[in-house]
Amino acid sequence: MCGIAGIINANGGNPPTHAELKQMIEAVHHRGPDGYGYFSNERIGLAHARLSIIDLIDGDQPIRNEDGSIQVVFNGEIFNYIELRESLVKSGHHFYTHSDTEVIVHLYEQHGLDFVDHLNGQFAIALWDNNRQRLVIARDRAGIRPLFYTEVGGRIYFSSEVKSLFSLPDIPRKINVKALQEIFTFWSTLPPNSLFEGVRTLAPGSLMLIERGEKKIIKYWDWDFSAEGIDHNRSADDWAEELRSLMIDSVRLQLRADVPVGAYLSGGLDSSVITSLIKNYTDTPLRTFSIGFEDEEFDESGFQKELVDYLGTNHSHVMCKRSDIGEAFPRVIWHTETAIVRTAPTPLMLLSGAVTNSDYKVVLTGEGADEVFGGYDIFKEAKVRRFWSRSPNSKWRPRILERLYPYLKHSPTGSGAFSQRFFQQGMESIDKPYFAHIPRWSTTQRVTQFLSEEVKSLYGQSLSYDIISRLLPEEIDSWKSLNKDQYIEANTLLSGYLLSSQGDRVAMANSIEARFPFLDHRVIEFAATMPNRYKIMGLDEKYMLKRAMKGLVPDSIRTRSKQPYRAPDSQSFFKDGKPIGYIDELLSEDRIKQAGYFNPKATAMLMKKCAKGKALGFADNMAFVGIVSTMLVDEMFLSKTAPAMMDVSGYYQ
Amino acid sequence: MSAEAKVRNYILENYLFTDDQAALNSTDSFLDKGVLDSTGILEVIYFLEDEFRIKIADEEMIPENLDSVNNIIAFIDQKSH
Repeated sequence: MCGIAGIINANGGNPPTHAELKQMIEAVHHRGPDGYGYFSNERIGLAHARLSIIDLIDGDQPIRNEDGSIQVVFNGEIFNYIELRESLVKSGHHFYTHSDTEVIVHLYEQHGLDFVDHLNGQFAIALWDNNRQRLVIARDRAGIRPLFYTEVGGRIYFSSEVKSLFSLPDIPRKINVKALQEIFTFWSTLPPNSLFEGVRTLAPGSLMLIERGEKKIIKYWDWDFSAEGIDHNRSADDWAEELRSLMIDSVRLQLRADVPVGAYLSGGLDSSVITSLIKNYTDTPLRTFSIGFEDEEFDESGFQKELVDYLGTNHSHVMCKRSDIGEAFPRVIWHTETAIVRTAPTPLMLLSGAVTNSDYKVVLTGEGADEVFGGYDIFKEAKVRRFWSRSPNSKWRPRILERLYPYLKHSPTGSGAFSQRFFQQGMESIDKPYFAHIPRWSTTQRVTQFLSEEVKSLYGQSLSYDIISRLLPEEIDSWKSLNKDQYIEANTLLSGYLLSSQGDRVAMANSIEARFPFLDHRVIEFAATMPNRYKIMGLDEKYMLKRAMKGLVPDSIRTRSKQPYRAPDSQSFFKDGKPIGYIDELLSEDRIKQAGYFNPKATAMLMKKCAKGKALGFADNMAFVGIVSTMLVDEMFLSKTAPAMMDVSGYYQ
Repeated sequence: MSAEAKVRNYILENYLFTDDQAALNSTDSFLDKGVLDSTGILEVIYFLEDEFRIKIADEEMIPENLDSVNNIIAFIDQKSH
């Protein structure tokens, strides 16, 4: 795993210089501490920072074809490189390394732009075809590896991270307030937006071609839930059997590395599946890592220990205190490069630090199972709300929500009147593809009440949910309800937040590569053909995954109710009713006023409420974390000149 | 400070994050106006119990008692008699 960066002189811009490439790639040193590599000519400059995982001796990039007319830099892994290499050698291609990168070069020679269809992996690739004077940039299907770009002065600059673009003084740095409102609705910006004006992200499953001054983006893969693809003729046992063997193969492929591979263990079903498969079906010695919380509300140490004992794994456990989160948060934002509404990425950064300290570079994680196999409460909640909407005056239909959220049965919702009112939101939007997401988005949009009057008058208070339609395929209206919910979840929260702010970015902060066996595209495509009753049976989530893993994962874990991963939010920034270190100044009236995004008075009142420990609701907590993270982005990425900006990370560490 | 002013100020400060009295009418429904989210009502109940030394029973946690400044005042009045 690595970092990539580059410049293409697309429309009469200056030829890229070595000094620029060096500046850009050094800004993402943490992604590839094992060495740099460069390629450049009049038109193109490519740079690479290497984290050696496969072919430790000869794997230095850029990698080229036989005559050097194709050059490639690449961040990520191609898991099926051994099989691809064999077939390419048979077709007459000559290899000079044993790296997975080299198969990209020859696949491109063999198949042109379709090369990407053959890859099983997680990647951001930049490939220069000198004969056609064409740059090809590709991003993996689910959006695991990041890729940003910007166009300035006839040149297109691209990189794994935004800070690399900003390392050059020519690149303007400004927060895009519209994008900020997207975060305060959907939890992340929607592609191609990043938080920064003019800086775009390449959407997952996309190729970008830059040829003769023209830029073109092609979607080569997407989550597809078309009705005709769904197979209604198989037995449940048949589905379970194939699912199990597919997951075994996915884990087997993703363990490929020339360095030892570990795994995260959360205590939930998904990571238990991954660790159990490693233990039972591979030769890899099982090495696991987990995070626990001093706050019992968030802690899953008990379930983790149960699984550690059951599997007999060599295990490391990191205990996380509230103060750890507050202290580490600026460094988290330096890596997420965006505003976030939860602190949850922070403990995961501390966890990847523990992995580095154990001399591991790669971990497998269970992320993705909830999107692929129907695990989230929001899916079940939507199922009940849809059922309720058929008879909106029914008194007992909404009470099924109490089975989903047992706390609803207790005070303060004795009559259920208040909670019902909450889940009733958006009932009139039953025909919208995002019906399931309305309660979540409306809670998140409460953050926008803190925006400054200037921002509200220029851009309006909040966004219409309909802007999500720019991401949706035309045929989505013909899909089943759950599949619409899955698609939106995969294209907002999963790729925009879980795989980036809570995934790649906080793992790479400590030079750790995370791998996601549930997001092997074969697994996604297989699950998309499965009837929905096998995903959520009644209100039993991930039914088929549980069935397929019977006997492999302890029953206590297989059948426990799902606990969403969360961390203490606003409380992490206060100690004994006082804000910790940097908070006072960062959120001072002057600083808030000068930055201009938020209303200083409202922010001060929120801070007072949080300091008293009275901020109990999701909305207040999201607002506080959202404001702190936005102000940190402003402080670290905008307030300083470019080279000084690079020092800020050190200051906050 | 009157009970009404206490309740009004509490709602303004903690949910609307402003001291502008015009931001809330005493008859405004908290649910209709989106003043409270799903967990907000829990905080309001804590506040009322502490501030007015009352105990609110499960069956009393209904919009008729809690959904506007006026409803709350009427409810507290009735509780304390």
